[in-house]
Amino acid sequence: MTAVLTAEGVQSLAWLLIAFPLAGAAVLLLGGRRTDKWGHLLGCAMSLASFAVGVAMFVQMLGYGHEERRRVVHLFQYLVVGDLKVDMGLLIDPLSISFVLLITGVGSLIHIYSIGYMEHDPDRRRFFAFLNLFVASMLLLVLADNYLGLYIGWEGVGLASYLLIGFWQYKPTAATAAKKAFVVNRVGDFGLSIAIMLMFATFGTISFTGVFENAGGAEKGVVTAIGLLLLLGACGKSAQLPLQSWLLDAMEGPTPVSALIHAATMVTAGVYLIVRSNPIFELAPTAQLAVTVVGAATLLAGAIIGCGKDDIKKALAGSTMSQIGYMHLAAGLGKAGYVFAIAHLIAHGFFKAGMFLGAGSVMHGMKDAVNMRKYGALRAVMVITWATFGLGYLAIIGFPGLSGWFTKDGIIEAAFHKGGTSGAILGGCTLLGAGITAYYMSRVMFMTFFGGKRWDDGVHPHESPKVMTVPLMLLSVGSVLMGGFLVLGGFSEFLAPSLPPGMEEHHFEPITNAGIATFVLMIIGVGIAWRQYAARPVPREAPRGSLVTVAARKDLYGDAINESLIMRPGQWLTRLAVFFDNKGVDGVVNGLAAGIGGTSGRVRRLQTGFVRSYALSMFIGAALVVGALVLVRI
Amino acid sequence: MLTLLIALPALGAFGITLLPRGRDELAKQVALGISIVVAVLTIGMALRFEPGGARFQFTESYWWIKQFGVHWAVGVDGVALVLIALSVILMPLVILASWSEADRFGGAELPKADLDKYARPKRSVKTYFALLLSLEAMMIGVFAATDVFLFYVFFEAMLIPMYFIIGSFGGPQRSYAAVKFLLYSLFGGLIMLVAVIALYSQGPGTFLFAELSKLNLDPTTAKWLFLGFFIAFAIKAPLVPFHTWLPDAAGQAPTGAAVLLVGVLDKVGTYGMLRFCLELFPSAAKWFTPVVITLAVIGIIYGAVLAIGQVDLKRLVAYTSISHFGFIALGIFAMTSQGQSGATLYMVNHGFSTAALFLIVGFLIVRRGSARIDAFGGVQKVAPVLAGTFLIAGLSGLALPGLSSFVSEFLVLVGTFTRYRVPAVIAAVGIVLAAVYILWMYQRTMNGPTAEPVKGMKDLSHRELAALAPIIAIIVALGFYPKPVLDVINPSVQHTMSRVQMKDPAPTVAEKGTRP
Repeated sequence: MTAVLTAEGVQSLAWLLIAFPLAGAAVLLLGGRRTDKWGHLLGCAMSLASFAVGVAMFVQMLGYGHEERRRVVHLFQYLVVGDLKVDMGLLIDPLSISFVLLITGVGSLIHIYSIGYMEHDPDRRRFFAFLNLFVASMLLLVLADNYLGLYIGWEGVGLASYLLIGFWQYKPTAATAAKKAFVVNRVGDFGLSIAIMLMFATFGTISFTGVFENAGGAEKGVVTAIGLLLLLGACGKSAQLPLQSWLLDAMEGPTPVSALIHAATMVTAGVYLIVRSNPIFELAPTAQLAVTVVGAATLLAGAIIGCGKDDIKKALAGSTMSQIGYMHLAAGLGKAGYVFAIAHLIAHGFFKAGMFLGAGSVMHGMKDAVNMRKYGALRAVMVITWATFGLGYLAIIGFPGLSGWFTKDGIIEAAFHKGGTSGAILGGCTLLGAGITAYYMSRVMFMTFFGGKRWDDGVHPHESPKVMTVPLMLLSVGSVLMGGFLVLGGFSEFLAPSLPPGMEEHHFEPITNAGIATFVLMIIGVGIAWRQYAARPVPREAPRGSLVTVAARKDLYGDAINESLIMRPGQWLTRLAVFFDNKGVDGVVNGLAAGIGGTSGRVRRLQTGFVRSYALSMFIGAALVVGALVLVRI
Repeated sequence: MLTLLIALPALGAFGITLLPRGRDELAKQVALGISIVVAVLTIGMALRFEPGGARFQFTESYWWIKQFGVHWAVGVDGVALVLIALSVILMPLVILASWSEADRFGGAELPKADLDKYARPKRSVKTYFALLLSLEAMMIGVFAATDVFLFYVFFEAMLIPMYFIIGSFGGPQRSYAAVKFLLYSLFGGLIMLVAVIALYSQGPGTFLFAELSKLNLDPTTAKWLFLGFFIAFAIKAPLVPFHTWLPDAAGQAPTGAAVLLVGVLDKVGTYGMLRFCLELFPSAAKWFTPVVITLAVIGIIYGAVLAIGQVDLKRLVAYTSISHFGFIALGIFAMTSQGQSGATLYMVNHGFSTAALFLIVGFLIVRRGSARIDAFGGVQKVAPVLAGTFLIAGLSGLALPGLSSFVSEFLVLVGTFTRYRVPAVIAAVGIVLAAVYILWMYQRTMNGPTAEPVKGMKDLSHRELAALAPIIAIIVALGFYPKPVLDVINPSVQHTMSRVQMKDPAPTVAEKGTRP
C-alpha cells in the first residue's frame, strides 16, 4: 500500500457525495406531503448529482500516478476522549472510488426505474427519501477513513434497509421481515463493534492507516481475533452463513429495493470490509481460511435454495447469497482473490440489479404476482424485459464473453490455484456452484419467459414504460461488458494501490482446464433445467418434490434452526425473567415490607393515608440529623 | 448565578400556588415562562464555562448552619454543568408536553368509557405545575451542590414533589407506586445520611466536598462509608437488584413526571457514584469495582431481557432504562477516561432519548386510554409523524450510530473493554437485545393492519411536536458532532481519574514512531 496524500480539487469536495443524497432525504422527510409532487425527481437528481461528483473524482484520480491515488479529505474532529481520537475523514482510493461509482451509478438507474415502479404508491416520496438515505449511508460506509465512520455508515445502511424492507409496513410479513433483518444484522454488528474495541485496545487508534501500519506488531492471536470478528460483521451484512436467514425474507420490500440494497450494493458491504481490512487478513491466515469456508458454504447453500424457490424474487435472493459467497471466498483467498472479489462484485451489481429490476418489470405487468408457476411465455409480450433479463442470465451463468465468465471463472481458477487439499475443496465447491447456478437461473428463465401461458385469469401482461425499461437496457450493457472491461482493462493494476504490495500479475487466459470444466457443468445445468422446465409443461401447483427440494423451499431449515436454538429458549428465558422479577425480587421486597409492618393490611393502610406518615418520617429524619450532629460535636 | 437558577423556579412554584382558583391556563403559562427563562440563563452560563479553567466554576459559598459546618456552597464542573443543562432544557418541553395532563379529565379526547379506566387527578392543575417547578429547583440544586450536606438535603427533598406528583396525578395504581418509590428512596437516603455524618466526623468539621475529598480515610471506614453512599445511589439510579420500584413508579407516574424521574432524577444516582463514591472513597471504590461491574453487566442484560417481556409501554421503557443505567455504572467503574466520559455523556443522551420515548408513549396513552402494547397496532398508517418520531426516539434508545446515544454507549464499551474484556463483551450483547425490544415494540404498536380503536387516532398536534422537535434535534446533532459536549466533560473526568489514581491502559502495540 502506498502513502496517503491530501485530496485536492474535486476530490476535496468528496463530502458532497454524501451531502447530496442526505439533503435529499432530509428535505423529503421533513417536507412531508408538500413535497409529494416532485419528491421523486429530487431523489433522482440528488443521486445523479452524487454520481457526477463521483465521475469527476474518478477522472481526477486517473490523472494521478499509481502512488498518488490514495487521498484523504479531513472533515472534522468527531471526538477526543483520552487517547481515543476520532477524526472524520474520507478516503478516496481506487477501492472506494470503485464502490462510489457502482453505488451512485447503479443507484441512480434504480432511482429512475422507481419513478415508474412506484408510480401508484401513495408514499412514493417517502420511498425516495429512504433510497436517498441509503445512498448517503452506503457512501459513508465505503468512504470513511476510520472504522467508526465505517460503522456509522454500516448501521445507516442497516436502518435504510430496515425502513425499505418494511416499506409496506401494514403487511405483517413485511414488518416482521424488516425487524428480522435489523436484529440479525445487529448480531453481526456485535462482532464489528468488538473488533473496533479490540483495535483500540491493541493499537490505540481506529483509523485505517493507524491500524494497518501497526498490525504487524500485534500478536498473531489478536490479529486473528480481529479478523474473525470482522468476518462476523461481514456475515451479518452480507447474509453469509450462519447469519443468512434475513435476506430471503427481505424480499418483502419493493423490488427496486431488492435490486439496489439486497443485491447490488449493501449486501456486498461485507466483501468491502474484508478487502478493505486486507492488511489484517494478510497477517491472519486462520481468519482468511474462515472467510473462504463461510464463502464456500454460503455459495452452495444459496445456490441450492435458489433451485427450490417458485417465487421469482426469492430465487434471485438465493442467487445473491450464493454470488456473495463467491466474493467472500475470493476475498478470503488473499492476494490471489481480492481483485476478482471486487470485479465480480461490480459485475454482479450490474447483472443482478438488472435481473431484479427485470423481475420487477414482470411483476408490474403481472399484477404483482411473484410465483413463476403462474408466469410462462412472457418473452412475446415483454420483449425488452426478456432481452435484458436474458443478457443478465447469460452473464451470471458465465456464458463465454459475458461479465460472469470473466469474473466468476477468475474466482474458480484462483480457488484451484490455492493448491493443496483446501484449494481442491474450495475449487470443487466453486465449480459445483457454477453448475447449480446454471441450473437454477435457467429454471427462472424458462419458467418465466418460455413454455406455455400459465397466467391467472384477468392478468394481461404488458411491457413496462420507458422510465423502467431504459434503466434495464443500460444495466444489461453493463451485464455484458463490465466483466471483460474490468479483467482485460487492467482492473488489478488499478486496484493495486489499495491492496497489499506484491500482488501477483494476472494474465488472462481465455481457455483453461478450470474454464472448460466450468463450461461443461454450465451446459449440463442448463440442459437439466431445459428438460424439466422447458421441454415439458410446468405444473401450476408445485409438486411435492424430493427431500432436497423441500429443504431448499424451507431455506435449508435456517429459520427452524434459529427458532429452536435461539428464539424459543429466548422467549422462555424472557418469561422466566419477568416472572422472577415480579414474584422473586419484587416479591421479597413486598414481603419484607409486609413482614416489617406486621400484616399486609397495615401496608395497605400505609399506602392510602401516607402523607402524614411521610411528614412524620421526614421529621424523624431531621431529628436524627440534628441529634447526630450534636453527638458528633461532643 | 447558580443560586439564582435555583431560586427562580422555587419562587415560581411558590407564586403559582398563590394564584387564584381556576386560573389554570395562567399557571401553565407562568410555569412555561419561568422554565424557559431558566433554560436561557443556563445556556448563557454554559457558554461562559471554560473547560480548561478551574474545576468548579460559578462557585458561591456562604455559611448556612455554621455550628455544624454546613455551607450553602454551589458550583459546577463539566459533569454537573451538562446534567443541569439536561434538566433545564427538558423542563419547558415537559411542561409543554404535559399541558393538559393534570386537567380534571386528563385526556379530553377519550371516550367516557375509556376515561373511567384511567385514574383522575386528585389535586389541582396549579399544584401540578408548582410541583414541577419546585422539582426543577431541586434538580439544579442537587447537581450544583458542592457541600455534601447540601447535596444530601436536595437529594432527599427531591422526593417530596415527585411523591406528590405520582401519588396525585398518576395512573390507577398510583398510591402503591408512590409509596414504593418513597420507601425505597427513604431507605437509601437514611443509609446515606448515616454515612454523611460519619464522614463528617472523620473530617475537619466541614461538609465541603473540596475538603472532604482530601481526606485519607482508614480503609475499613472508607469501605463502609462507600457502601452507605453507594446503596443510596444504586437505589436511585437504579441498579439491579434495587430496581423494582422504577417500573412501578415510572409506569404509574404521569408522562411528564416519568420523563423527569427517569431522565433526570435517576441520574443523580449515577452522578453521585462518579462524584462522591469515587472521589470521596477512591481506594474503597477500587476495592468494590468487581462487585459493581458484575451488578452493572447483570443489569444490562437482565433489564434488556425484562424489557422484551413487558406488555405495558411505560414499564417497557422503564426496563430499557434499567439496562442503560447498567451501562452508565459500567462506564464509571471501568475507571478509564473513555468509560467515565462516555458514562457522563450517556447520562445526558439517555435523558434526551428516554424523554422522547416517554413523551411519545404518553401521547399514545392519552389517545388510546391504555398503555398496553396490544391495545395498539398500525398507528403508522393513521399518524405517520407520531410514528416517525417514535422510531427516531426508539432508534436512539437502541443506540443507532448517527444518533447521540451511540457515541456514549460506544465510549462506555470501549472504555470498559480496554480494562475488562469479558464484561465489555457480555455488555455488548445488550446492543442485540436493544434492537429486539425496541423494534418489536415498534412493530406491535406502529406496524401491521390498523387496529379498530386506533383508526380515529390523531397525529401529533403542534404543541406536541414543539415539545419533541428540540429533543430530536439534539439527539441527531450530538450524534454527528459530540465533541463540544465531550470537551466540557473531559477535564472533570480527568480530575476524577487522578483522584482515584487510575490511568488508561496503554495500547498493547504502540504506534509506529513512538515505539522504542
